[in-house]
Amino acid sequence: MSSSTQEIEQLIGQEYKQGFVTDLEVDTFPPGLDEDVIRRLSKVKNEPEFMLEYRLQAFRHWQEMDSPDWAQLNIDPIDYQAISYYSAPKKKEDGPKSLDEVDPELLETYKKLGIPLDEQERLAGVAVDAVFDSVSVATTFKGKLKDAGVIFCPISEALQDHPDLVKQYLGSVVPTGDNFFAALNAAVFTDGSFVYIPKGVRCPMELSTYFRINAANTGQFERTLIIADEDSHVSYLEGCTAPMRDENQLHAAVVELVALDNAEIKYSTVQNWYPGDKDGKGGIYNFVTKRAECRGANSKVSWTQVETGSAITWKYPSCVLLGDNSVGEFYSVALTNNYQQADTGTKMIHVGKNTSSTIISKGISAGKAQNTYRGLVKVAKSAAQARNYTQCDSLLVGDRCGAHTFPYVEVKQPSAQVEHEATTSKISEDQLFFCQQRGLSAEDAVSMIVNGFCKEVFKELPMEFAVEAQALLGISLEGSVG
Amino acid sequence: MLTIENLHANVGEKPILKGLNLHINPGEVHAVMGPNGAGKSTLSHVLSGKSGYDVTEGSVIYQGNNLLELEPEMRAREGVFLAFQYPVEIPGVSNIYLLKAALNAMRKHQGLGEVDAMDFLMLVKDKIKLLQMDEKFLYRAVNEGFSGGEKKRNEILQAAVLEPKLCILDETDSGLDIDALKIVADGVNSLRSAERSFLMITHYQRLLDYIKPDFVHVLAHGKIVKSGGPELALELEEKGYSWVEEQAA
Repeated sequence: MSSSTQEIEQLIGQEYKQGFVTDLEVDTFPPGLDEDVIRRLSKVKNEPEFMLEYRLQAFRHWQEMDSPDWAQLNIDPIDYQAISYYSAPKKKEDGPKSLDEVDPELLETYKKLGIPLDEQERLAGVAVDAVFDSVSVATTFKGKLKDAGVIFCPISEALQDHPDLVKQYLGSVVPTGDNFFAALNAAVFTDGSFVYIPKGVRCPMELSTYFRINAANTGQFERTLIIADEDSHVSYLEGCTAPMRDENQLHAAVVELVALDNAEIKYSTVQNWYPGDKDGKGGIYNFVTKRAECRGANSKVSWTQVETGSAITWKYPSCVLLGDNSVGEFYSVALTNNYQQADTGTKMIHVGKNTSSTIISKGISAGKAQNTYRGLVKVAKSAAQARNYTQCDSLLVGDRCGAHTFPYVEVKQPSAQVEHEATTSKISEDQLFFCQQRGLSAEDAVSMIVNGFCKEVFKELPMEFAVEAQALLGISLEGSVG
Repeated sequence: MLTIENLHANVGEKPILKGLNLHINPGEVHAVMGPNGAGKSTLSHVLSGKSGYDVTEGSVIYQGNNLLELEPEMRAREGVFLAFQYPVEIPGVSNIYLLKAALNAMRKHQGLGEVDAMDFLMLVKDKIKLLQMDEKFLYRAVNEGFSGGEKKRNEILQAAVLEPKLCILDETDSGLDIDALKIVADGVNSLRSAERSFLMITHYQRLLDYIKPDFVHVLAHGKIVKSGGPELALELEEKGYSWVEEQAA
């Protein structure tokens, strides 16, 4: 391998800047999982009876399931009894009523991550729910959102204040027995965000959740549920980081989105969980089930994800297009380096008439990483005139990494139109030298080339996130996005 | 400006340059001509710092400093510009973004702040007229889907914006039809100044009809075997490279 290929690889391997640990007093369950742990969990969170039943049912289901092995991933066996299923910063009295009462140590942690929870400091127009290990520690702009009729709160709080809404929708998109990790999540999820946008409301600000794993030997199991009622609109952002630890940590989340008639949900993720060190030690195992149902006519769901973190990513944000004329979109950038492995993609299930979907996937592999796109486009017999366009591009950096593409297409409706395009390319030494000859450092050159490769996806991100995403890939964008 | 002494360079084990000498003063235009395989492109690559070449002997002094010690980007920032024989494509990166990033890298090196957005736009629009290019080119991805002539014009546009001190043109005439050649030559001629020097590497005499050199050198078997004025190019055209190669042998 030539020296300049090594150089490219060094450049793309930046240090993980969010790897610090916050020293806090915590309540943590001892490791292990059985029905008693679930009962205790449900009790700690003071949940309604139906939730305990829901959890136990999921747990019984999970016990009979096997971990999926069809993905292009090498995973050491996970000892589910060695994980603690609940960890939360110790509460003072009844817990914080307002931001003033939140532990300053926690506020400092989020500030360090670039997520100030102080509403004064916060960029106007973005409300944040901060989830720390197993619990939500703060939600900003609740008042302003309430005025608009929007409910944005931790899901544990929604279970107290809006149990009927939760009961109606929870598990309606991803059933408890959907898959191994979804069943585990249903049994033990601790917190996450709940969003309800009422009829005809355009959410006045971006909603965002920032997930942080801090404690050692714990898993994070969050659950997000977003319901966009008829004629409503919401844009939701999600960010994730974790400390650097030598042990692998488990993150198994479930996200359910429901869009009713004419509703639109835009869901953006910047996933930067700790990826492990350069020898592949440590890192987060990220097993996530994300699914949206476009239940209403003319509804639209758009997933945009930038996946740069995690030792293992197993994630397929999907859209079930039930309503006529509904639209599903998936825009993805997945960057894997060193020993990271990603098996990610989407499922677009066309059921309603005239439904359409777009898939743009950009995979970047460096080091010894393996990057897989796995996607399913399914057109049911009922989906007359359904359309899909899929584009999968892979960029290889160096010669020891791999890119794989597994597109599955099942069409049962003759009027459907399905297109698939795929390319694989490499950052060439000629490109790098050309940029250097124009005065750019090799580092800036790689960033610029990778950025260019991802452009079609970045332009789908909300402004603030686009900047963060590009910074993550080591890019100075000089203030102009898109 | 540039003094090359006894330059030897290998690709792998194979010697390509074998004792090359060349001196360029500010404001001069030098043409280096030679048959295929003489080492013309190697010379441009060694001067600009491309990897894959080992300099085994000799020195290159540029503005009083050892050029060979500098990283390629430092050479560029010090004013060494290479117009590529085969300009690369960079999908998704717009021309204007590259130009701005490059100009700002130069400015930073000179201790200046980033260029003002409006000033930059004015500058670029001014230069693009010179090359008779459509402004739409600014917003297209670097060289993606460009014709051969458009790519070469784009190289000269970059030179016009970055204002180098030493401009190396590597077979800039190759792949150009006569109209495109004229436009590129006009662009280059407009860049000529008392401070700026040019090293034109070319196979054919044709380019020199449009860009008049002060000196012409013949490169064969890894060294300059003959130097003279513009008339040397005409003589070469008539007698062929075998004439000088025989003389050198």
